This record gives sequence, structure tokens and C-alpha cells, in this order.
Amino acid sequence: MGNASSMLTQYDIEEVQEHCNYLFSQQEIVALYNRFCQLDRTAKGFISSDEFLSIPEFSLNPLSQRLLKMVDGLNFKDFVAFLSAFSPQATPQQKVELIFKVYDVDGKGRVTFKDLLEVLRDLTGSFMSEEQREKVLGQVLEEAGYSRESSLYVEDFMKVLSKAGLKMEVEVPVD
Amino acid sequence: MGGLDSSSMETDLDRPNIEEYLTTETIREVPKKLHLSDLLDISPTLTEAAGAIVDDSFTRCFKSNSPEPWNWNIYLFPLWCLGVVVRYGILFPARVGVLALGWIVFFAAFLPVHFLIRGHDKWRRKIERKLVEMMCSVFVASWTGVIKYHGPRPSRRPQQVFVANHTSMIDFIILEQMTAFAVIMQKHPGWVGFIQKTILESVGCIWFNRTESKDREVVATKIREHTQGVDNNPLLIFPEGTCVNNHYTVMFKKGAFELGCAVCPVAIKYNKIFVDAFWNSKKQSFTTHLAQLMTSWAVVCDVWYLEPQYIRPGEIPIEFAERVRDMISVRAGLKKVPWDGYLKYFRPSPKLTERKQQIFAESVLKRLEEK
Repeated sequence: MGNASSMLTQYDIEEVQEHCNYLFSQQEIVALYNRFCQLDRTAKGFISSDEFLSIPEFSLNPLSQRLLKMVDGLNFKDFVAFLSAFSPQATPQQKVELIFKVYDVDGKGRVTFKDLLEVLRDLTGSFMSEEQREKVLGQVLEEAGYSRESSLYVEDFMKVLSKAGLKMEVEVPVD
Repeated sequence: MGGLDSSSMETDLDRPNIEEYLTTETIREVPKKLHLSDLLDISPTLTEAAGAIVDDSFTRCFKSNSPEPWNWNIYLFPLWCLGVVVRYGILFPARVGVLALGWIVFFAAFLPVHFLIRGHDKWRRKIERKLVEMMCSVFVASWTGVIKYHGPRPSRRPQQVFVANHTSMIDFIILEQMTAFAVIMQKHPGWVGFIQKTILESVGCIWFNRTESKDREVVATKIREHTQGVDNNPLLIFPEGTCVNNHYTVMFKKGAFELGCAVCPVAIKYNKIFVDAFWNSKKQSFTTHLAQLMTSWAVVCDVWYLEPQYIRPGEIPIEFAERVRDMISVRAGLKKVPWDGYLKYFRPSPKLTERKQQIFAESVLKRLEEK
């Protein structure tokens, strides 16, 4: 792909499209490229954490730090691949996989009680005590047939979340 | 409103109920009992984050117009080339000449007046004012500025301030051409800073420094003193606190609206067909910006002087600020955005994140009790 400041050729667009499993149209990829270049102010070819955090709406999201670990330093191809889970064309499986990756941020392939606790801590901050969080998690895990010692895998996430009817879509504004 | 906060990082007091503008999609519609799926399903929060990455209303305010490519065909291309030759080869040198001549005449008159005429202060100030107005007209001529002023010209009276939307430092020059305002400006380095220190001091400008935390109180005191002085030039304030791209307005800081005097709104709208007058201070220095203006065909804009507004009984300063922002946005055809312009320089207050956390935590705890 080269330098982010160079223009996108038709080849580049097709390469990116293939990399994201055709979940975005070519127009959307061009729009995302313009956005990428706008965020990557110093034309390095990737967006730094600081540049992500300069988006106020992103910065005040409770999961911003966790997400930063996933998006920091991504080149354009991987940036689009990351966002592809939010395409209206993405399957529930793909969406669940992204959610799983957010929990399993160190990539060990399974989600432990500790990971669940960390995400819940990000989402509730100082408005719940650590005991309350552990209690709640313990309770809902038991009710779903797991225990505190269980590790959850992608299949478990699929099982639990498929009933919830995930609404996880973002519209790419195309000029 | 409580007293001024000592930290300028704490932008809370400047923002009216921004929580109203934030989505509360992180709360789910509540069936009673809490299940694992409710806690595992972080999709609303993720969607908000992804939405912000893809497009956000704050960054949109600072997007410059990208230069539009012409259709390169057989007759437009040579015409465009001719245009470039005229702009850079004929207009630009002519304009630089006009500007240089203007500066020479200005300094030849200003320096003697400033240093030699002591004792007749009133006369001295009058002449200095006229000279500054003249210099601004020279600037405007150097970009071939076509400026239409609408509405009654500002008058010199005490107990009034002027507020305008902000696109570039040239806003100040355009308004100053018509009336010698005293303005509040951010201290700049370089030759701009030099001009600020020497010439603009004579029209009574007030300096602020975004990065100093006690600054706000000091500036607020100076503003108050200025508006009470009878012989001072009318004060011009840009309540957005930063340059915005002339398609949107960001939130107005309440400082200008809690002085207990009349607020006269001024709306400025540039015609983008001729040149994009937005000064993207992160992308270009002011010198580059001026050079860009001087190599364009013209700077065309409209200035509307709107009816002076007074704070209504029962209205708090922030509501007053929003009301005036509304007037200016409507008049100039700008969209309003609920962000504080200082977010360009500082991160949002953690209180906003805490609010989201609080909403979520409370809903979880409540449902925990439903058994």
C-alpha cells in the first residue's frame, strides 16, 4: 500500500476489498481512505494512539483504551479489516469474533474471568465496587452454566450472544 | 454559575448539558433479569467507538476544503495554466507590492505619531485608529477582498461587546477595516506576535494564553474593565476560541456573555468558490495561509452586523451564549455542533466517560435486584 498520502489506485482498492472479505463497497473504501488520511495527520501510514484520542467521541468511550490496543499502528488495510465487522454485510459470526477479540485483548484464544472483570470495570468505572462486579459476573456465569474458573471460547460467545440479536453497524459516509 | 474554575482543563463550566447530546445507547431496553448475554454484549459501546472512528462531528469542523481537480481536457488545462500564470506571476507580485507600500506608509505615519505626539492622547489615538483601519484595508486589497457589509455599522459606546464566528485571523482584519476594534487574541510567535505587541496594543487589545490555567480569570477582569471604559475601542471577541472551517460553529465560551452588557453578534460567511479562507493552524502557518490567499483570485465574504442582544431575565450566560450562537449560525448558514473548540488542544473531561459508566453501572445494579 505504501505511504498513506499517496493516491489509491484501483489495484489498491481491490486488494483492500479482498482483505476485508468484500464487506465494504469500493466507494466506502475510498471514503474510509479519506478518513484515514484525515486522522493520520503526519502521513505516517498508520494512525497513532494520540491521533485516535483526538477524536473526542472516541476518547470518552469507556472501552477506548482496550480498543486502542487493537487499532494502534494499523495500516490502512488492517484498519478497514477491523472496521469490517461493523459493516451491515458482516455475519453475526464476524461480529462475535470482534467482541471476543476485545475481551481477549492479549490474544490467548480464550476469555477468563479476569478478562470479563476487566471489561466490566472499564464499563462501570467507580460506580460499582470490585465485589459487586465479581458477584454479578459470578451469578450470570453460573446461570448460563459456567463457573468462575471456566474459560470462554469463541463458540461459547456465539452461543450466548446469538440470542441477543447483535446490532453492531456503522455507516460509512460516502460523498 | 459557580466561580471560575482554576483549571482551564476543566471545560465543564463552558458546556451546557453536553450529556444531552451524547447518545445513551449504552443503556439497553430493560427486560428484568440480568443474563450473561447482557454483560458480554458490548456491541452498543463498540458501535459508538467505531462510529466515532469512521466519522465524528468534531473533526468535521476542522476539515479544509480539498482543492478540487479540474477536468484535464484540451481546453481547460491551458486555461488553468494561464490562470496560474496570472495569479502567481501578475497578481501576486502586484499584491505584494501594494502590501509593502502600505506597510511603508503605515509605519512612516504610525511611528512618529506614536512616539512623538505625547500629551494630545485623544488625537494620537484617533490617528492611530485611522491608520490601523487603513492598514487593514491595504491587507484586504492585497487579497482582492470583496466584502459586503450588512447592517448598521458598529458604534463606539461603552457597555457593549461584539462577538463573531471565527474562521481565520483574517476575520479580524476584515472587521477592523470597517471599525477599529480592540480584540482578544491568542499570543502568537513570530512576526505576528511582533505586530501584536506593537501596533495592536495601540487599539487596546487583550492577550490570552490558552495553556495558562489562571489565565481565564485575568482575562475576564481585563474584559470587564475594558467594556466599562468610555473611550475604549469596541471590544471584539471570538467566543469559539479557535478557528473553525466556516461550515460549522462550535460552542461559544460564556466569558463574553456574563459581562452584563449588550452583546452585538456579527456573522461572517466566506464564499468558498473563490478561496477557502479557513486557517487550519495545524496544517499551515499564518504566513503560508496569507500567501495562499494572495495567490487566489479573490476573497469574497459577507459580514452581517446583527441586532444587539441582552441577557433575558432568568437566562444563564451559557443559554445566552447558545442563543447568540444560534442567531449567528442561522444568519451565516452554519451548522451547530455541541463540542468545545478547545478539544482541539485538550482531551475531553473524564467526567463524560464517568457519566456513561454511571448509567451502565446503575442499570446493571438495578437489574441485579430484580430476581
